[in-house]
Amino acid sequence: MQPSIRDLIKKNKSKSSSVNITERVMPIILLLMASFSILVTIAIVFTLLRETIMFFTVVPIWDFLTGTEWFPFFGNDPSYGIWPLVSGTFTIAAIAMIVAVPLGLSSAIYLSEYASEKKRKIIKPILEVLAGVPTVVYGLFALTFVTPLLQVFIPSLPIFNALSPGIVVGIMIIPQVTSLSQEAMNAVPQAMRDGALALGATRLEVALKIVIPGSFSGIVSSLVLALSRAIGETMIVATAAGSTPRLGFNPTESIQTMTAYIVQVSMGDATFGSTIYYSIYAVGMMLFLFTLLMNIIASYFARKYREVY
Amino acid sequence: MNEKRIVIDDKKINRRRMYNKTGQVLFFLSTVFGMIVLATLLVRIFTQGFDYLNWDFLTSYASRRPEDAGIKAAIAGTVWVMGITIPVSLVLGVGTALYLEEYAAKNKFTHFIELNLSNLAGVPSIVFGLLGLTVFVRTFAMGRSILAGGLTMSLLILPIIVVASKESIRSIPQEQYEAAYAMGATKWQIIKTVVLPAATPGILTGAILSLSRAVGETASLLMIGAMAFIAYLPDSIFSSFTVLPIQIFNWAGRPQAAFQSVAAAGSIVLLVILIAMNSVAIIIRNKYTKRY
Amino acid sequence: METKELTKSVYSVTDFNLWYGQTHALKNISLDIPHKQVTAIIGPSGCGKSTFIKTLNRMVELVPSVRMEGSIKYQDRDIFGAGSNVESLRTEVGMVFQKPNPFPKSIYDNIAYGPRIHGVKDKTILNEVVEKSLKGAALWEEVKDRLNENAFGLSGGQQQRLCIARALAVEPDVILMDEPTSALDPLSTAKVEDLIQELKQNYSIIIVTHNMQQAARISDKTAFFLNGEVIEFDATEKMYSNPQDKRTDDYISGKFG
Repeated sequence: MQPSIRDLIKKNKSKSSSVNITERVMPIILLLMASFSILVTIAIVFTLLRETIMFFTVVPIWDFLTGTEWFPFFGNDPSYGIWPLVSGTFTIAAIAMIVAVPLGLSSAIYLSEYASEKKRKIIKPILEVLAGVPTVVYGLFALTFVTPLLQVFIPSLPIFNALSPGIVVGIMIIPQVTSLSQEAMNAVPQAMRDGALALGATRLEVALKIVIPGSFSGIVSSLVLALSRAIGETMIVATAAGSTPRLGFNPTESIQTMTAYIVQVSMGDATFGSTIYYSIYAVGMMLFLFTLLMNIIASYFARKYREVY
Repeated sequence: MNEKRIVIDDKKINRRRMYNKTGQVLFFLSTVFGMIVLATLLVRIFTQGFDYLNWDFLTSYASRRPEDAGIKAAIAGTVWVMGITIPVSLVLGVGTALYLEEYAAKNKFTHFIELNLSNLAGVPSIVFGLLGLTVFVRTFAMGRSILAGGLTMSLLILPIIVVASKESIRSIPQEQYEAAYAMGATKWQIIKTVVLPAATPGILTGAILSLSRAVGETASLLMIGAMAFIAYLPDSIFSSFTVLPIQIFNWAGRPQAAFQSVAAAGSIVLLVILIAMNSVAIIIRNKYTKRY
Repeated sequence: METKELTKSVYSVTDFNLWYGQTHALKNISLDIPHKQVTAIIGPSGCGKSTFIKTLNRMVELVPSVRMEGSIKYQDRDIFGAGSNVESLRTEVGMVFQKPNPFPKSIYDNIAYGPRIHGVKDKTILNEVVEKSLKGAALWEEVKDRLNENAFGLSGGQQQRLCIARALAVEPDVILMDEPTSALDPLSTAKVEDLIQELKQNYSIIIVTHNMQQAARISDKTAFFLNGEVIEFDATEKMYSNPQDKRTDDYISGKFG
């Protein structure tokens, strides 16, 4: 007589303690994996903090935070005032936002309020490709195409300038602005649109008076995230913006951003333990804090709009 | 008076219609702008680099002369780095997602992990580079090696893989869990036999997309010290290395226009690789989604 | 096998209460469910009948906020007792759901799922189990030539019989059915009902249904649930011809529900 499945199962049950062990061990292993991401954050903060503190033992923190000159390579008289780098970073970010906000939001409105499903299906993948172009390729594009193009209109524009990479960073973040804003606009209930349309409102009026106010915090969140990306963008500015730390807002001059400075040092041969070596951590810390702040603001707004619908 | 208010003013309506039309055209042109830029970029990079793109370019090492320069070491480096990044980021990412979706209680700690992941996703890649430089290159004394680069890259794309895996796991209908529970399956058996098989296409799609980001990533590996001038193939995970984007960056920064064309040729190869990866991801997504 | 002879009821429920958070979903339930018969549970939606059946194999515990009191004995063992193992209970008590829920695997792998997770790996044994279970669920003739095809390719009615076959594969004593025909067309429903009559020879079947005719057609005993309480529990024939409670009468005659 063949053994019944029931008996087989019972037999397996009585001898298999391995199942039990797996059941107990796996959640712990997975928990450890999940906790690993926290460890990464701690490691980032700790690393930046430790080396930044080393930096501040040489350069007073006050000089760093208030100084208006950034000349780390001046052999015996270097100056480490962060403001020129901050100013360079925000020059780029400002130009990028000037490009990305109107274009990105307009596309979002078009995709969410005007485009047919068919058009959306064509446009969205193209935007995804635009978002997937590596920044180093954008950098090459800025340096060898956008800058010469701009020089046609502004003959005095130097090869390295803030304008060209600023514009290209703006182009790079357009897809992000578009897709996140469109997501927020989609969350506005169709019934609200229908109500307004039924009263005779045009699509434009619906977009401006119903959809944008209705998705406002979501849009703000997407813009802040885009700003954060513009601040953290490295390769485009490192390729096309030059390496001249400069205080002030002048898009037609060569500047240096925080990110580009870090790249410049890592490309050179700053000796391990030198002040210049530590300075990239102090700059990295500033960068980290700026983007963290942006992310916190963005998720605050994102939560707000998710609560509404 | 009341009657007057509801008199419909034709002029006004026409004006509103005109605004609407103008708005539509403007919004459409803005949308098209992105595509025009993309087309310009592709055409530009292609025409710029086309002359240097040939078999020798793919099979030669970097050189001081633009006409001899190639990307052999860079492609090998990219492959080696991915060899580290793929397993590490997949195991950690899928593990994290499984924990968060299947085991985690809805408590403060879980919320903290999720918040932390979304913040990590927003940390600039160059900061990950600083982390890799300090922790992997120096503290763990891996040197400027493939191992250090691959691990740094894993951390960089970890948040993206977690998000994609979570979404994929969440899309499995509750009925599938019920079916397995009712058969007397344990939690881990369900994960093994129901959750992972069903979530694999989604996880794979997300993983390929985030890996394509890693393939194009430059800044963090620059910090690790991936060198641009390497005339040999890596022979172990402790070798020094370069990758395609860094090679491109290096060429782009040379003053000679010829090298910028070489950079463009490298960009073409990079873009082809990325488009191929994205296509695979889209094929998987289309083939396996919406089965329930 | 021995325990079955000792007791006539497969489940005995005493003073059972269940809450979802603040909602009191089952109130003082006491029932003895007979062995190798079909017991139907009827009542209007929201009366707690699905909750009740899901309690019998402890599936209800998947709801996070659930709280329970009282005792449920399965073959004289407390299912919530310290020595009881939820996986073993669910091996002995199979379940079929409202919507057919096969796995996105082959027909063969769907049936072999239960034996495999309980450690049965032998290919010849699995082959036998698959054939026997599919025959048991009256599906064998329809699918024997395409065992390796995906189960999602079957029709809704076939999928539901596949789910029954999947439950049979581990040779349970009890099969719980939670409105198993509510997603099926009349023809498939008839097939499943015939099957239930067949299965009753070897299994105790507890079926939740909102279809009173169905309960009348297939069950030996019927329990009428209303607002989380058992209003009446009796032999089906008796209950339908001569209900003791006014509310049962109202429900059966279609005055509400």
